[in-house]
Amino acid sequence: MPELKYDPYNLIITGVGGQGNVMSSRIIGNMMSLKGFFVTIGETFGASQRGGSVMSHVRISTKETVSPQIPKGKAHMIVSLEPSETIRVLMDYGNPAVQVITNTRPTHPIGVISGQAEYPSDQNIEEWINEISSKAWFFDATEMAVKIGHPIFSNIIMAGALAATNELPLDREIFETIMNTKFNPDKAKSNLEAYDQGVASIV
Amino acid sequence: MSIFTEEQNGTRHLLMGNEAIVRGAIEAGLDVAAGYPGTPSSEIIETLAKYAEKNNHYVEWSVNEKVALEVAAAGSFSGLRSLAVMKQPGLNVASDFLLHLSASGTRGPMVLLCADDPGALSSINEGETRFYARLMEIPLIEPGNFQEAKDMMKWAFELSEEIRNIVLVRTVTRLSHASGNVTLGERKESVGKAFFKNDGFILDPMEGSVMSAPVAYKHGEQQVKLKRCAEIFEKSPFNVYEGPVNPELLIITSSICDLYSKEAVSLLNAEKRVGILKLGTTFPLPPKLIEQYLAKADKILIVEEVLPFLEESIKVLAAELAPTIGAKQFFGKANGDIPMVNELNPDIVVTALSSILGIEYKEVDEEYKKRASEICFFGSPARETTFCPGCPHRASFFSINKNISMDNRSGFTCGDIGCYSMGMLPGGFSTLKTLHAMGSGTGLASGFGKMTKFGMEQPVVSVCGDSTFFHSAMPPLVNAIHNNSNLTMIVLDNSGTAMTGFQPHPGLEVDATGSEAPKIDIPSVCKGMGVNVEVCDPFDLAKTQETLFKFLESDGVNVLVLKQICALSPEKKGKKMFNMSIDDSVCLGGECGCNKMCTRVLSCPGLIWDRETEKSTINDVICIGCGVCASVCPSGAIKKEEA
Repeated sequence: MPELKYDPYNLIITGVGGQGNVMSSRIIGNMMSLKGFFVTIGETFGASQRGGSVMSHVRISTKETVSPQIPKGKAHMIVSLEPSETIRVLMDYGNPAVQVITNTRPTHPIGVISGQAEYPSDQNIEEWINEISSKAWFFDATEMAVKIGHPIFSNIIMAGALAATNELPLDREIFETIMNTKFNPDKAKSNLEAYDQGVASIV
Repeated sequence: MSIFTEEQNGTRHLLMGNEAIVRGAIEAGLDVAAGYPGTPSSEIIETLAKYAEKNNHYVEWSVNEKVALEVAAAGSFSGLRSLAVMKQPGLNVASDFLLHLSASGTRGPMVLLCADDPGALSSINEGETRFYARLMEIPLIEPGNFQEAKDMMKWAFELSEEIRNIVLVRTVTRLSHASGNVTLGERKESVGKAFFKNDGFILDPMEGSVMSAPVAYKHGEQQVKLKRCAEIFEKSPFNVYEGPVNPELLIITSSICDLYSKEAVSLLNAEKRVGILKLGTTFPLPPKLIEQYLAKADKILIVEEVLPFLEESIKVLAAELAPTIGAKQFFGKANGDIPMVNELNPDIVVTALSSILGIEYKEVDEEYKKRASEICFFGSPARETTFCPGCPHRASFFSINKNISMDNRSGFTCGDIGCYSMGMLPGGFSTLKTLHAMGSGTGLASGFGKMTKFGMEQPVVSVCGDSTFFHSAMPPLVNAIHNNSNLTMIVLDNSGTAMTGFQPHPGLEVDATGSEAPKIDIPSVCKGMGVNVEVCDPFDLAKTQETLFKFLESDGVNVLVLKQICALSPEKKGKKMFNMSIDDSVCLGGECGCNKMCTRVLSCPGLIWDRETEKSTINDVICIGCGVCASVCPSGAIKKEEA
């Protein structure tokens, strides 16, 4: 088992209910578990997540099962499917060393839709995230996903992007194996395409 | 290749807590399982049902939790291994039967799995099942991690077999819905053969009639079983101590709080000062084991969620033991170090520990925290939960709210439990004015409808879902009819138990395992009770509002069934009814007198108000084409085209 940069390595996957957060954390978790690591994933789902903020805590260790909740201020990497959610997670779990990969496509909360709240500009979001992280990547994963065939693929694009940062030993072969056991060949192919596009987004 | 149908002994997997629980039950040689859906417990019956045929199990979604416990008990009385599954409020429903069952005792091994939700992550309460163990005098065991979730589930059946009574296994959201590594064990053969012996001597626990009488005798027997449990628990491998031989502070904890406690000790580098006693068997407590560890330290911190269940039991033991172990200083709920509301996390335990041990701890640099909070204030607008795009409930509440406002007699709506509970929130136009237990909306409405005697003239409406209708809304409807109450009951029928993941219910043509099942028709049931019933499609706003208007005007009990399938249901998911578009030349935007009926009032996430053009647009990524917004636009600018 390779050594980890931090043990446990604290990864947060965030977004809005319905974006495929849970699937993304499961796949990344399984990729690490199949390599022999101890993986603990903390997440919540149910009615409270309808249209609301969602967050999965994925913790990877060479030694043991750990708390399914990451302590405040202790995230090493935040992978986000929605830009304002990145900022929300940074407030609680960020620190000067944290790294961030974020989808730039907003999903407006109803407060914004109904005109009671304002959604920040793309430029502000990028500046702010850069200010409170050590390194950040931005790209429109939703647009890429729609081109592949469905917005849901953005969760797999993000997984590919995470792999390309080399923060965690994520192997494409293991991803491929999981896809082939989980999905029919057509879907598996689209997922692999999404993963590869995510990899290519990290420069 | 599934771990739920094959042996795979010794293999290692990443499993959700609920999956580990299922595997544990299968390893124990399960025969019968019954439950009612409720987050965070639903995946247990769902998974068992999926593999029921292959495993030769009988698995059902019961109409409610009390019936689930009764069905499972029938399995036990027939000599089989049985399991009942529910979330915490479900045990309140099942408790009447449980009181009698715990006194009558069981035959085949029987386990009751309850999933609590500290912090109410997916509930409107954070009620406790642990106290039921004390109240019902049955053993309680609590897994502290994923491996234990499987292992303790298996052991629970063995324990039940030994004491011949039901065993309560309690899990929490952060275990049931979290995932971790689990190594599988050996699978026992199921019993597989059912026979109910009932003609033996009346007091014979295995061959006589099964009942809780004669009460003094049966109650005494029950307490003997509990004493036996305490003895067994003294040697349980699920009670584990980790730490120095003589710690300065002893943490006593259970459930997922063990992992929070470990993390907290590690964050403070206090491993040499603090020991952790993790209890898997939390009722009855094993007194000798507790004594052994209490004797090691002068300061004791009890880490548990919500109410001081462990804390109070341990303090009683410590008082009895004081002559031998000396006086102890306790920290926990009573002194305020551990809060009595909400779930815990590693940070809360760190705060308690740092105050007791005098260790300073900062989660992150102050400057960073301050700046991140500022950025969050502007950069992360509040995201209130709301109905999904295309959710029939948004349309239903739009109509209910409009009708009650137009009626202008201060009418109100009593809520119930389901996704539609969000009718309390602005996303549901703040329509619901009461929200309690399942079925309580119609129960309250039945009472409100009789307050006319005291001069109340407000129209009364109640809502309930299709699954809730069968679970517990039929008795209050009967009550309202029989007692000549005045109310309009609205059944929000979205063809499944949507909130918990589309589990079938008696109103559908399939059962838990997907087999064909007789369907009970809600309008026919209501008609059979003798009330006036109408069925509308909530997406047809005009027809819905016209019907509701008529009902609000009339006396007595009326039932309106608003039938439209859930937007997320597997049958519908991804299928658009209409392609929606906005005709820019017709939309008057900011100039229109409607003041943004589509975005500000209806506030469906599928619509976006473009601040620059001051016009509405469709968010094609998430719009599922229900067409409701076209009905609310006064200019007719929103177009719908059959998809």
